Amino acid sequence: MRIPTRLVLGAAALAVVGMSGAASAQDIRIGEINSYKRLPAFLDPYRNGWEMALDEINAEGGVSMDGKKRKLVVITRDDAGKPGNAVKIAEELVSRENVALLAGGFLSNIGLALADFAKQKKVLYLAGEPLSDALVWESGNRYTFRLRPSTYMQAAMLAEEAAKAGKTKWAAVAPNYAYGKDGVGAYKKAFAATGAKVEWIEEQWPPVFKIDAGPVVRALEQAKPEAIYNVLFGPDLLKFAREGKLRGLFEGRMVVGLLTGEPEYLDPLKDEAPEGWIVTGYPWYAIDTPAHNKFRAAYEKRFKTYPRTGSIVGYNLMLSLAAVLEKAGSTDTEKLVDAMKGLKIEDSPSGPFEYRAIDHQSTMGAWVGRTAVRDGKPVMVDWSYRDGAKYLPPDEEVRKMRPAD
Amino acid sequence: MGFYFTQFLTGLASASSLFLVAAGLSIIFGVTRIVNLAHGSFYMLGAYIAYSIVTSIDVGPVGFWLAVLAAAVAVGLIGVAVEMLLLRRIYHAPEMFQLLATFGVVLVVQDAALAIWGPADKLGPRAPGLDGAVRIFGELVPQYDLAMIVLGPLVLGAIWLLFHKTRWGTLVRAATQDRQMLGALGANQKVLFTSVFFAGAALAGLGGAAQVPREAVSLFTDLNIIAEAFVIVVVGGMGSILGAFLAAVLISELNAFGILIFPQITLVLMFLVMAVILVVRPWGLLGRPEFIARGPGEMPEAPYRPADGRLKLLGLAALLLLVAVPLAGDDFLMVLMVDVLLLALFATSLHFIMGPGGMVSFGHAAYFGLGAYGAAMLTKLLDTPMELAVAGGIAAAAAGAVVFGWFCVRLSGVYFAMLTLAFAQIGWSVVFQWGDVTGGDDGILNVWPAAWASSRIVFYYLTLALCTGAILFMRHLLYAPFGYGLRAGRDSPLRAEAIGIDVRMRQWHGFILAGAMSGLAGSLYAFSKGSVFPDIMAIPQSIDGLMMVLLGGVKTLSGPYVGAAAFHLLEDQISRLEFWRAILGVTILFLVIVFPQGLVGFLRQRLSRDEAAP
Repeated sequence: MRIPTRLVLGAAALAVVGMSGAASAQDIRIGEINSYKRLPAFLDPYRNGWEMALDEINAEGGVSMDGKKRKLVVITRDDAGKPGNAVKIAEELVSRENVALLAGGFLSNIGLALADFAKQKKVLYLAGEPLSDALVWESGNRYTFRLRPSTYMQAAMLAEEAAKAGKTKWAAVAPNYAYGKDGVGAYKKAFAATGAKVEWIEEQWPPVFKIDAGPVVRALEQAKPEAIYNVLFGPDLLKFAREGKLRGLFEGRMVVGLLTGEPEYLDPLKDEAPEGWIVTGYPWYAIDTPAHNKFRAAYEKRFKTYPRTGSIVGYNLMLSLAAVLEKAGSTDTEKLVDAMKGLKIEDSPSGPFEYRAIDHQSTMGAWVGRTAVRDGKPVMVDWSYRDGAKYLPPDEEVRKMRPAD
Repeated sequence: MGFYFTQFLTGLASASSLFLVAAGLSIIFGVTRIVNLAHGSFYMLGAYIAYSIVTSIDVGPVGFWLAVLAAAVAVGLIGVAVEMLLLRRIYHAPEMFQLLATFGVVLVVQDAALAIWGPADKLGPRAPGLDGAVRIFGELVPQYDLAMIVLGPLVLGAIWLLFHKTRWGTLVRAATQDRQMLGALGANQKVLFTSVFFAGAALAGLGGAAQVPREAVSLFTDLNIIAEAFVIVVVGGMGSILGAFLAAVLISELNAFGILIFPQITLVLMFLVMAVILVVRPWGLLGRPEFIARGPGEMPEAPYRPADGRLKLLGLAALLLLVAVPLAGDDFLMVLMVDVLLLALFATSLHFIMGPGGMVSFGHAAYFGLGAYGAAMLTKLLDTPMELAVAGGIAAAAAGAVVFGWFCVRLSGVYFAMLTLAFAQIGWSVVFQWGDVTGGDDGILNVWPAAWASSRIVFYYLTLALCTGAILFMRHLLYAPFGYGLRAGRDSPLRAEAIGIDVRMRQWHGFILAGAMSGLAGSLYAFSKGSVFPDIMAIPQSIDGLMMVLLGGVKTLSGPYVGAAAFHLLEDQISRLEFWRAILGVTILFLVIVFPQGLVGFLRQRLSRDEAAP
């Protein structure tokens, strides 16, 4: 039953395409895969971001190619948070939907699975959200690029800031999976590289989203560290912040938090947000540049809410895709890959960045500041934007980590 | 000293919250024998409802606890609705079938909660009057923790009084021991079941609501708590409320002190404890040997009949269709069908022990995962050719089944199921934690097929040949003396022993064979995706397998692969839609109510009815 139906449909579709070839071939199809239902708190803003950019690009007629304007069409699918599913969907998008390239991913393992698929099937994959360092280094390949500042970059920004305080006895708390381990490892490495003296006296590794915050807070407290490095996020961060405050863990201690300043993670804490933590994040309410003001105004008008980190990642993702298609002037994968290398995005709301030819990592940066509570709302203060290009290891080191294409 | 005492108190507070959820689950399972996957959803709803109440009205110290109670009652009523509208219709279905229905409820509740409360995590206010911390031996302890420490034993006492001083409680205890006898004595089972569902769901709701001042309310809560609740119930002993309390205290305290020495321990601690307890005490801490309780009016299973001419033709036609798939010229169709074939083999191997063997495994994904990891690691570390790597995957899965199975077959019923789950979780956590060797959750990449099999069409035919061969081999075994012995052991262990069948040995061999076949599916899966990640041996994968078998019909031989195809193709199509989880959930509920014998079971019933008619 299945096959004849498919055959008929397929034949019909072919016929339609054949007849109106010129018209529909105008559109450039992009495949996007993400775990929308599994992680809606982070991915709804992300989807808003790229949808907005997509509509803006198409309102201008699309991207210029061979002197003609061609519209972008995004085919987006939910992978339910399973890497195997994501690969299956990627197969479908490539072989049945004829997409020019793939984008998306949030969980690092899905990013890695898609990257490996891209390498095997020779199709361009732009990872938006996944943070894993392996994506561009140990497991990097010719066909994979990544937008968001990686775990290493953000940890390095924090380490630079934290090392100034001269604390030597450190404790770490991180979710027990790849992101947590990378987050701690990168920070240790970057901190040591600053030359500051440091001693790690305690580590806690609760399972992701399952922290039993009371015992963890007390274990950290018992070690009496001078400073704490925190990689927790989502519901874990909320519980940890509340228990830590109740049990006096943060009193007189410096706390550094990876991603803690991102609205997705900080805002649910409301007036209980910890104050004075050194964090990476996104102070959307205070950034005053023409590009960001325009982005924010359009976003708030359209979605009746403020942008989150995901929004800006989604927006920049779509800008990058449009830019690379225009630069390559073709949907041919090899040409797209060559165009991605060194691709510059000048007018993004977060400031200019480029995709490095050496490791395919973009130089999009992040904002580093301190947490505070203003009018009952958590905010970042004393922040500054850190250009990602300055927080990457030297080129020789990158070449050593990354396999040859 | 002060530190250890307060750490002990912190553990007790965590224990109380675990106990509340587990108590409800224990009562529901004890009476209705339903493995209620939706229990975590009840817990999550309790938390969300309580959050909504305490953030929308300004509650005082008394009002807060009233709000918690109101949330519990509301969730109790939702439980009643689930029981009356859904489960009541399928009590006559084969054992475990209700699992499928509660899975549908989980999916629907997930999307409903997302639609009602939105995606962002919620942090409720602290409890009024209990929002500070007190110093005990110089250490700060949150007041609310102390309240939780009191609440646990309070609820335990209330349940004890209810069970021992009321007629309802007597009925519940009687039903837990022997439901059929209770029915024969004239107790109204309908009312009893509904009221038990109310009590169980309300306890879960209470547990969730009481956590609002301690925990973030998030959409992850339901799946996070459900496995833990089952572990507590089983470690304590099914049906024993005091046992559940002891188990909650034991596990929480081991966790509180365990993380001081080995901070990664939380990941696996519960399942380690459960494995040890079940090996030493097969019925949990305070449980008693299980009565053999069949569902009300459940028919004894008819013996398998060899396929008649019509069925053989049907099978041949299906096989020909599968062979013709590449002719469609659609590359993705082949990719999709490879998934279907591998899941069909996975489900069939699960059914091999679950149906004819009568051993319901909650951890069958372990062998799928061992197969995949075995093959992937051979490829990655030793650069083994694909053919050998697949064989290695099978061997790895079989070896795992040899060890785990040896312990598991000593248990039966839900204890067997939970021990398989415990081993699967231990295996999963080893793979997950041992990053240097297994890649942790970053997995193993670059496991693509050998050059000769790398085209989609060749890989498809390879998969088709191996899966069909393996499925037919298992089918053949079930008609061979081995299979008859397996079924004899399921239907009457005593008689089987009497005629000289070593039941345990037979079950062990069946378990190993099913593990090996699952390993074959897993190792091919690794090559079909090019990468492996720990999620393929995690709980959801095991649950998916159960769903496929149940959907197809556990009492039929073709049920598992028909169920696998239906489940995977449904998911593939429905996941394109916006509210796909709710739609998938409702579809499952619909199928459950219309086909309580499973898809193939329904067809067979219809066919045999047609034949019986003149």
